Amino acid sequence: MNDCDCKNAPTDPTPRRRVIRLAAAGVAIGLGGIGSAPARAAPTKDDRLVADDVQGEPVALRPADLTPGKPLLAFAFDPKTKEVRNTSRLHKLVLVKFAESELDAETKQRAAGGVLAYSAICTHQACEVKTWVAKEKALVCFCHASKFLMLEKAKVADGPASRALPSLPLALKEAQLVVAGTFSAKPGPG
Amino acid sequence: MKFKLKAICAATLYAPAILALADNGLASYKPVTDERLKNPEPANWLHYRGNYAGWGYSPLEKINDKNVNKLRLAWSFSTGQVEGHQSPAIVNNGYMYITTPGAQTIALDAKTGAELWRYKKEISSELLQLHPTNRGVALYGDKVYVATVDAHLVALDAKTGKEVWTKPVGDWKALQYITLAPLAAKGKIMVGSSGGETGVRGFVAAYDAQTGAEAWRTFMTPAPGEPGGDSWPGEMYKTGGASIWITGTYDPATNLAFWGTGNPAPWPIHLRKGDNLYATSVVALDVDTGKMKGYHQYHQHDAWDWDEVSAPLLIDTTVKGQPRKTAVHAGRNGYLWVLERTNDKINFLDAHKYVLQNVFTSIDAKTGRPSYDPAKTPGTAGAVKFCPSLWGGKDWVPEAYNPKTKLFYIPANNNLCSELPAADKEVPYKKGDLYIGYPIDGVLGSLRWENKDAPKTIGEIQAWNISTGKQAWTHKFPTHLWGPLMTTGGNLLFAGGTNDRMFRAWNATTGKVLWETTMPSGVTGVPSSYEVDGEQYVAVQAGWGVDAQRMQSGVDALLGNKVQVPQGGVLTVFKLSK
Repeated sequence: MNDCDCKNAPTDPTPRRRVIRLAAAGVAIGLGGIGSAPARAAPTKDDRLVADDVQGEPVALRPADLTPGKPLLAFAFDPKTKEVRNTSRLHKLVLVKFAESELDAETKQRAAGGVLAYSAICTHQACEVKTWVAKEKALVCFCHASKFLMLEKAKVADGPASRALPSLPLALKEAQLVVAGTFSAKPGPG
Repeated sequence: MKFKLKAICAATLYAPAILALADNGLASYKPVTDERLKNPEPANWLHYRGNYAGWGYSPLEKINDKNVNKLRLAWSFSTGQVEGHQSPAIVNNGYMYITTPGAQTIALDAKTGAELWRYKKEISSELLQLHPTNRGVALYGDKVYVATVDAHLVALDAKTGKEVWTKPVGDWKALQYITLAPLAAKGKIMVGSSGGETGVRGFVAAYDAQTGAEAWRTFMTPAPGEPGGDSWPGEMYKTGGASIWITGTYDPATNLAFWGTGNPAPWPIHLRKGDNLYATSVVALDVDTGKMKGYHQYHQHDAWDWDEVSAPLLIDTTVKGQPRKTAVHAGRNGYLWVLERTNDKINFLDAHKYVLQNVFTSIDAKTGRPSYDPAKTPGTAGAVKFCPSLWGGKDWVPEAYNPKTKLFYIPANNNLCSELPAADKEVPYKKGDLYIGYPIDGVLGSLRWENKDAPKTIGEIQAWNISTGKQAWTHKFPTHLWGPLMTTGGNLLFAGGTNDRMFRAWNATTGKVLWETTMPSGVTGVPSSYEVDGEQYVAVQAGWGVDAQRMQSGVDALLGNKVQVPQGGVLTVFKLSK
């Protein structure tokens, strides 16, 4: 099982070995922690979105940039400073587009122009979730085939993941996709 | 006065011995030397596969075909981890070491199961794990060596678990990672790296056992101008795969370590015209220098993801009436390869098809080079179905050889095929991403039966006589098999590997099942055997996951059902009831 981004992690970013004499003390410690660099790089309200392979100054994504059935990997960026929040791959997003009529009431509240945003990092072993399964309107993880139903809050339909992909609410502002809150749960495994 | 002095002297003399015992109840740690590794004591299991030749054999006989039905649990130990537990219990005079998912190394008292110490490497939360497992430690001198999923090599004090040094071997951000048990020989600790699906350029690297200084690194895909460099176009060798992710075997007489290499990358063959040396090969490396002294490519220009990473077992026997120093490997490509090892060459002797295989149309009698059916060779033209499946006749799970029965045992999967869709025309390399070249949903859902109906059996344990080239017996399972094998001087063969969570013992000569027990999870761990205070034990880790689970998903999809194998690592140790 992978390490967790535990809240009580030390802020020293240098990975250090831990020799533990007692059986119970096997908590692993990741590189993040409250107030450290990866936490500041999380998507923030009013951020815009840009494709993950952006080169140069980011241009905000609009619903029209997405096609149903073609997930897009993205990062959030600060609209004032243009800083792309990609220092940690744990903040990578996967965007999927649907017809608005397909969305239930709860899902519609966090969609913008039919576009939904979720964490792209599998909650099993941190691989990227970006492969579309049209028949089931699902995303499947290439590492161990965990399947997430994208119209049902990205809940796990199959495979070894035990947690849904965290969602990130979106809104529209001047026809651009805008981050409207924070992740519904911690991205990544654990 | 004199009396007092005498008493003080006596106490001083005895104190150090008491201190050593009081520490953990075990005798002081006996350093593992080259001599001990060449001739390990039967009571110990010092290597991943029991000996340098890779036999997976314990000479111990107290547990044997007459009394194995009396085998019962001596003790068990929860690892606290889920996912596939694959490492053997390595034992040196009562000191036992296992590794688990989650980058743990745990030392235990081999007799009682008491935990001595635990090491857990800190892994970045950003690391993605394609194969969240580890296959064990190497012992050398007074240290324990473990490789980690974030591509490091760590040396620990064998007695205390204190970290002595840690070296980065590869770049985990480029998805280089290590799951194999290191190989220790002549002052060197050797490792390879996984990453055949992430564009790694395969290599073996050797480190000084004392200092951790890198001694040499030999790449498995040659550059233009290097021997074999003309078997790759342009710069494709740089991300050419041929990764090494299973421990090599070693012949001290020639000082050569034999390593199996993985698939070439990316998968679509039109992007890498040529034989793609030294992918899907066995290579012989001089342990002092890393120089490649010989190789044999099992099949050239691979199109089926048939990694040939299992290191060959080194067996001196007769083949076609002639005494030969052989290197024997049950290929992922569905053929059992019998090769000859010399000081500077690996020669082809013979090959036997051991599972359903419809790709090779012939094998050259002299060189062993196969010819292919183009209709069974995946590419850009359209979907192609071929047998055996992507996982092959046998994946990483190790074979075993018993010098008493003279049988070579293969944990096989038969009657399975794969169908790949049309390959991508272009496959750009992006650091940290997959570098495969087929639509991923096609790869994930690629498992097929040969015909419309499900086969009656899939997993098989096959026992072969290498000298005659004939099968002596076969045990067939209704389910797939992912069971590493161990065989013993007591005429036994042990294996788990099935989704019914059973761990079983067979009569190694006849193939009759003599004993079985239900385990807490499916068993994909490498079994081992050892002795402490005159009592023999058999140890194996239960803990289902990784590719055994992936294959389960494929089989479930074909059968339209879902088999749940519970997760949770447990080390189990068995002994005879009185």
